[in-house]
Amino acid sequence: MTDPIDILVVGAGPAGANAALAAARHGKHVVLLDEQEKPGGQVWRAKDSSILSAPQTPEGSAGDALRAEITKAQIDHRGSTQIWQIERQSESWDVHVIRDGEVEKLTSKTLVLATGAREFVQPIPGWTKPGVVGLAGATALFKQNLSPPGQRTIVSGTGPLVFFVASEIRRLGGTVAAVITPNTRRDWVAKLPALVGRLDLALRGALWIADLMVSRVPIYWGCAVVSVEGAERVEGSQIQKLDANWAPKGETWNIDADSLCIGYGLIPSIEAAQLSGIPISHRPDLGGWVPDIGEDGATSIDSLFLCGDGTGIRGAAAAELHGALAGLSAAEYLGAETAKERNILRPRFNRAVRFGLAMTALNIPRPGLAMLTTPDTIVCRCESLTQTRISQEVQVGAASTNAVKSGLRAGMGPCGGKYCQTAIARLIAMHENRPEAEILPPMPRPPLRPVSVASLSGEFNYDDLPIPKPAPL
Amino acid sequence: MIRLVPDQSAQITRTEKVEFTFDGEAIWGYAGESLAAALIRSRRLHLRDAPEDAGPRGAFCLMGLCQECVVVLEGQPVESCRIELQPGIAVTSLRHGADD
Repeated sequence: MTDPIDILVVGAGPAGANAALAAARHGKHVVLLDEQEKPGGQVWRAKDSSILSAPQTPEGSAGDALRAEITKAQIDHRGSTQIWQIERQSESWDVHVIRDGEVEKLTSKTLVLATGAREFVQPIPGWTKPGVVGLAGATALFKQNLSPPGQRTIVSGTGPLVFFVASEIRRLGGTVAAVITPNTRRDWVAKLPALVGRLDLALRGALWIADLMVSRVPIYWGCAVVSVEGAERVEGSQIQKLDANWAPKGETWNIDADSLCIGYGLIPSIEAAQLSGIPISHRPDLGGWVPDIGEDGATSIDSLFLCGDGTGIRGAAAAELHGALAGLSAAEYLGAETAKERNILRPRFNRAVRFGLAMTALNIPRPGLAMLTTPDTIVCRCESLTQTRISQEVQVGAASTNAVKSGLRAGMGPCGGKYCQTAIARLIAMHENRPEAEILPPMPRPPLRPVSVASLSGEFNYDDLPIPKPAPL
Repeated sequence: MIRLVPDQSAQITRTEKVEFTFDGEAIWGYAGESLAAALIRSRRLHLRDAPEDAGPRGAFCLMGLCQECVVVLEGQPVESCRIELQPGIAVTSLRHGADD
């Protein structure tokens, strides 16, 4: 038996890693789990081992500093580890994990969930074609592999990410065919007061846009990619102007490209929190459904703490501070004195939140965007289910995401519903004429990540089966 | 051409190029990078056919969530975005008509 774990942190991005560091400074036995090999999360993803040297970036420096801190603090970091089940016991938490095909159960007095976010992509005709990658997904390729997604790429989506992605493609030797964003220049001007609060980030964004302009890369404001062209892979995209509600209107035009990065903001990953028994609320200003949390990441369960983008999309700067606050709260629960430290961090967190939420606001999809999904568009990628097929199911009475899931398997495929449920919920809301806040996401069921039956059953040999002696005749 | 964001691709140094095969065809990548990155660079984008409608699919989320980039390595389905490229590996697509 090893020492019991005081604080088990799930997710080693800015929030989780800082939760682990803050708790460890108070002498707590912390274990930090993460799906990736190295800490940093998606935003500070580490370079892979094929990179020997490369020019440093702000994301790279922040990630390297965090990884150095974790090493220095001798945090028990376990990378390449996925969690697939969480069980609350009377005095502790059991977290079932899988690593290199081996399953293991970890038991901890407290749990800090920092599960981060995934991205929302409004389904459009052709979005399943090879060569289409998520906008946030593309940044993984930049940060880990320092590679562009193709030779000539269309970059499309909302908020600052679309300009970061375009800029990174150019920095890494690719060509940006065009930047397409539903946001207008007016949308951005409205965010100037918040941008002034983080001049460093605002100036960096301004440089990305200025670079595209002087290099004559077209930026289409108030527009969206409405379909992806190409037989077996991306060969181009159709672009269309959007109205103020983000519904497509007017003529379309084509842009040739061999790749497309597309995404419409981030969605908090809340499945682990739901599985732990935390109620959720619909908060479009925070990116959609979020678990209900109190001050400093506290929840209705006193041994469970939540932090970072998994509790609402507030951005990396806020996530770092939120993580530290949650880690300190967990340490406090286990007897440490952390009130003073938290009082200092809290105003800094609140400042970072103001900037983060202004950026999130640029990403909130307006209702018209749903019209980009045509009747024949595949909505559930895993099961190749079209919007028409899902609409039929709703019209015969499937009034919840759970009902669509059990009726059609939409959300039961290998992705576990991560890329279809938001669009399906909006479709149900539209057919039923109900607000989105009434259409709950499906109840998550373990496994949270795909687990092979072989790894659950372990080494198995038919000869090992005990065969009872035949009963005497 | 004037640019404010410099092209830094020539300043990146990487491990030596190594060969591996994709559906029997020899291609190269850098040892230690993700298999998905090597496949994208060599423009091998069509990694599998969707089980229901046989539509072409390839790497999409690049962060181990969507399962679209699954290929076969040593008889096991693996997410190519979560696998490190090793020299000499034989990778098979999940395309109809491909050997598997």
